[in-house]
Amino acid sequence: MNLQILTIVVTAYILAVAYLGWLGYRKTKSAADYLVGGRQIHPTLMALAYGSTFISTSAIVGFGGAAALFGLGLLWLTMLNIFVGIFIAFVVFGRPTRRIGAELDAHTFPELLGRRFNSRFIQGFAGGTIALLMPLYAAAVLIGGARFVEVQLKLDYQVAVFVFAVVVACYVFFGGLKGVIYTDAFQGSLMFLGMAVLLVSTYWQVGGVGAHQALTDLASKVPPSLQAAGHQGWTAMPVFGSPLWWQLVSTIVLGVGIGVLAQPQLSVRFMTVKSGRELNRALVPGGIFILMMTGVAFVVGALTNLYFFQHEGKISLAMVVDSATKKPNIDKIIPEYIGHAMPAWFGYVFMLTLLAAAMSTLSGQFHAIGTSIGRDLYQQAIARGKHQERTVPFAKIGIFVAFVLSIVLCFKLDVGVVAIATALFFGMCAACFLPAYVSALFWKRATRAGVIMGMIAGLVVWGLWVLLFHEKESAALGLCLRIFGQTSVVSGTRWTVVDPIVVALPISSLVTVIGSLATKPDVKPRARVAAADEERELVAK
Amino acid sequence: MFGFGDLWVPIAYILCLGSAALCVIYGWRHWNEGDDMPSPVHPADEDLEFDEEV
Repeated sequence: MNLQILTIVVTAYILAVAYLGWLGYRKTKSAADYLVGGRQIHPTLMALAYGSTFISTSAIVGFGGAAALFGLGLLWLTMLNIFVGIFIAFVVFGRPTRRIGAELDAHTFPELLGRRFNSRFIQGFAGGTIALLMPLYAAAVLIGGARFVEVQLKLDYQVAVFVFAVVVACYVFFGGLKGVIYTDAFQGSLMFLGMAVLLVSTYWQVGGVGAHQALTDLASKVPPSLQAAGHQGWTAMPVFGSPLWWQLVSTIVLGVGIGVLAQPQLSVRFMTVKSGRELNRALVPGGIFILMMTGVAFVVGALTNLYFFQHEGKISLAMVVDSATKKPNIDKIIPEYIGHAMPAWFGYVFMLTLLAAAMSTLSGQFHAIGTSIGRDLYQQAIARGKHQERTVPFAKIGIFVAFVLSIVLCFKLDVGVVAIATALFFGMCAACFLPAYVSALFWKRATRAGVIMGMIAGLVVWGLWVLLFHEKESAALGLCLRIFGQTSVVSGTRWTVVDPIVVALPISSLVTVIGSLATKPDVKPRARVAAADEERELVAK
Repeated sequence: MFGFGDLWVPIAYILCLGSAALCVIYGWRHWNEGDDMPSPVHPADEDLEFDEEV
């Protein structure tokens, strides 16, 4: 790479981000500005901010690499990302979230749940869970970005991680959610441009749409170990019920596809617009954006096998064997492909695309962790609603904590962990928050007690499944081996590859329903919301 | 079909494009529809009364 051009490009990018962060800082006058952008954000900015926060380096580098392993079956995740993550999220969840959030004056996702059910415990519990577990997801995003910089710029991995995190923490710290949304929108535009060029040039490199047939013909090159696990080639789904099928469908497709609905850093975006009209308008750029992000990353990821085979005589997995562990590191497939296949100028563009993807997601995560600590845990759960003036300073302390935790995790996590860590966090959100969120928006009979029971059940079952059952994590964590002398309590059965979400979400949903029906209905403050609903209906008539 | 190894992959491919089209068409058709900002019905933080008995 040409160091002079690189320096100019990166400097211009950092200056633009710094300017937008400063703009957010200048326009932030109150805690509401810092937490929910003053509820006056433009729909296009909101859509780009939502999309760029949703799509991170995990989606492009991590899941793009996973597509190189699993093949085009990952397009089911793109379908869910668009249909569930955008259409259902905006049309079904977005409007009531925005309306109830405004009526209850909620500033964070946990606060929406807490105020809806009149419980500081719910707010504190949800805030604590986010503060504790979101750093895992933030670390996955950081690793994805740093791995690319490591390959592309030959920079030390640890330096790359640190610089990334410092830049993002700075503009989130000062600019609050306004700074986050302005920078996200800019970064979203860059990501769109980068992925559009990547799609066209990849198809051009591997022979156009005819490449699908060539990729199908490559099925015999699938390593025997993967064939034994159910792999049938990169243009077909794995054998139904095989270990690979369970991993693809339950962990990657369902975990992320459903988990997106209860993502705290995404749900809070619905509270930043001033009316339901803005959400309808945001659907247009939102749908196209996600198609161009995950759709392109997954198609290109699968096609890298064809490219490497045509040029190097090897499939993608063989190109990225880690020298230390002797295992293939799928997080390096997309960076390797860009380095091999694309002209130098595209390396710069794509580096900015990934920087933008990492920074936009990371900023949303740092903001969500910070507000969970400052607003939900401290100001509401511990200080019992007093010391309103300390919300923002404590949120800033929370952002610093998020920064430190994420960096520590980056150095502790195993290689090739990006897609799995992301899917795990999404699954946890679905298991713990989704039944509570759905109940808060749509089920008047839901009670505080039922929701608390459901949230605790979801988190406990998810945690137990990760620690003791799902072999990929339980083997790495080692607790099960220490207690039971084996890597999973269900070793040797299909249950070892069933993702926690498949078990934890139905259980938490069931507990929420039974717990609500078994307890007396609440009266406050949902009574106020119901009164407001009636008043609105009267006005409409 | 279209050079793919099985039917599930082209179905996913088509559904991806269809979902994006659904977002665009729905957003365009409901461009000017939507409720306005409601005023908060929640009291100020200091006045909140939380009943924590579960």
